[in-house]
Amino acid sequence: MSLAQTSLKQALRMRWWEPVLWIALFASPLLLPAQAPIINETAIWALFALSLDLVLGYAGIVSLGHAAFFGFGAYTAALVARHVSPDPHLGLLVAIVASALLGLAASFTVLRGTDLTRLMVTLGLALILLELGNKLDWLTGGTDGIQGLTIAPVLGKFEFGLDGRVASYFTLTLLLVFFLISRMIVNSPFGATLKAIRDNKLRAMAIGVPVNARLVAIYTVAAGIAGAAGAAFTLTSGYVSLEALSFDRSADVMLMVVIGGIGWLYGGILGAVVFKVIQDVLSQITPQYWMFWIGLFLVVLVLVGRDRLLRPWTWGRKA
Amino acid sequence: MLTILFDGIAYGMLLFVLAVGLAVTMGLMNFINLAHGAFAMAGGYITVLLMQRLNVPFLVCLPLAFLGAALLGAVMERTLYRPLYRKPHLDQVLFSIGLVFMAVAAVDYYIGSSQQIMQLPEWLKGRTEIGNLGMGHYRLFIIAVCAVLTVLLQYILAKTRFGSRLRASVDDQRVAAGMGINVNIVFLSTFAFGSGLAGLGGALGAEVLGLDPTFPLKFMIYFLIVVAVGGTSSITGPLLAALLLGIADVAGKYYIPKMGAFIVYSLMIVILLWRPNGLFVRQGGKA
Repeated sequence: MSLAQTSLKQALRMRWWEPVLWIALFASPLLLPAQAPIINETAIWALFALSLDLVLGYAGIVSLGHAAFFGFGAYTAALVARHVSPDPHLGLLVAIVASALLGLAASFTVLRGTDLTRLMVTLGLALILLELGNKLDWLTGGTDGIQGLTIAPVLGKFEFGLDGRVASYFTLTLLLVFFLISRMIVNSPFGATLKAIRDNKLRAMAIGVPVNARLVAIYTVAAGIAGAAGAAFTLTSGYVSLEALSFDRSADVMLMVVIGGIGWLYGGILGAVVFKVIQDVLSQITPQYWMFWIGLFLVVLVLVGRDRLLRPWTWGRKA
Repeated sequence: MLTILFDGIAYGMLLFVLAVGLAVTMGLMNFINLAHGAFAMAGGYITVLLMQRLNVPFLVCLPLAFLGAALLGAVMERTLYRPLYRKPHLDQVLFSIGLVFMAVAAVDYYIGSSQQIMQLPEWLKGRTEIGNLGMGHYRLFIIAVCAVLTVLLQYILAKTRFGSRLRASVDDQRVAAGMGINVNIVFLSTFAFGSGLAGLGGALGAEVLGLDPTFPLKFMIYFLIVVAVGGTSSITGPLLAALLLGIADVAGKYYIPKMGAFIVYSLMIVILLWRPNGLFVRQGGKA
């Protein structure tokens, strides 16, 4: 086995703490039954953050409009549930495919230009969808969104109840599945070429990496995962509104990925958990002005250096 | 028809004054500053509060708005922005979004979330009709002020010593520094001046664009469009982009209200796909 193969295989190997973490995650709705709805919400955010991390952390595309795919998935799932069938599996599947197709189409817009251009194009796409969601009220319900959806039981047996337990297991399972897929992707030779593109596009091109094809592929996959997160949101809550497409959502998910650490798949999950806790605490103290503290946190985070916030063991080292 | 064109031009000129500072600082420092709107908001609130609470006349408020925002810009540049010039764009985006969030919440806390109403002086309130062209006096005033500013800016950039230093720094920082130009001072004064212009634009625009704490978020995308489409290497680019955007936005909202901002965003994406570095890029500058 060559050196390259060995190093790729090594990265794919499970660490001892990974199964422990997942068992803890899956046990959490049982241990904290009262918190199950929050666990579900956090898991949705984590799934969404996972998707952004693939784009931002592994492909190096700064996107300010990732909510486009989340919202698209959420609305697709809602429309399927309303007009076609209340089956959650169908809604999920259609939402993933639809979002991935949207991602495929949108990926061609992020291939060219500087960071600023990409920022504008991704933001523009999210704003266009938000505008469409607002104006096409015969389809999307405008500002009211789509409410009061009836969703059939998962696997024909487990009803989404008000206690959020089934919902949290549904979302956690999705998270696990997509996490494993992403883990496989980023540790494959394909993932290695992505990192090469992120670090130096010209050099990657020079050693024969098909840069554009790689970016299109990862953007499509990430969009599909974001769509899954959106669908999970709709299916477990029974409604969808314009908030799913809003700029705040794009900014929040970016913040989560950054808190957890970009270019590290667990970063999204960790970031989502930390962000939800911060948000919960802050909005209890100052319900109206917690945004200020989030802003302050961001500013300090950047000035201190974001890559070592949640890795205290690197604080002592030199940058 | 002509009225729409007129309103579009007034809107575009206003956007230009608001965004030109952003264009220059972005070209100069390659810094993605999403918080530019916060300076505009500062100017707007300075004007509104001075007029409401201290009865300062409108024309006196405008220079004060400029000075206030410029001072704020200078302080922020020196303390917060400077360490970030060499950081990756992601850091800059996060940092400036953080600033926007703080500005929005702080204004909400101290002044309240309601829309501010501006009392224009009498002589700006009327409306003149020439044939089928209806011109609001205030919009005429905006166009006049902005046109003067544009000429002045162009003069400063093209003819003065500071202008040539600035252009040299935009083209190539290292060489400019090597030629004995104090690039840090150029950065600082440009940032302050750009923020001041944004503040002036915010003051002028408070009546037209509306002023409430979410102002920096609402208009962030418009400033960025002006900069991204216009390019950052000259001021004619952003000027034309701002006029285009202003006219497209007013006309779009008038003729096809159903689609609203949709047209503007789609136009932006198409333009950026076609010319990723902006419509009006001067050759020869350092990318």
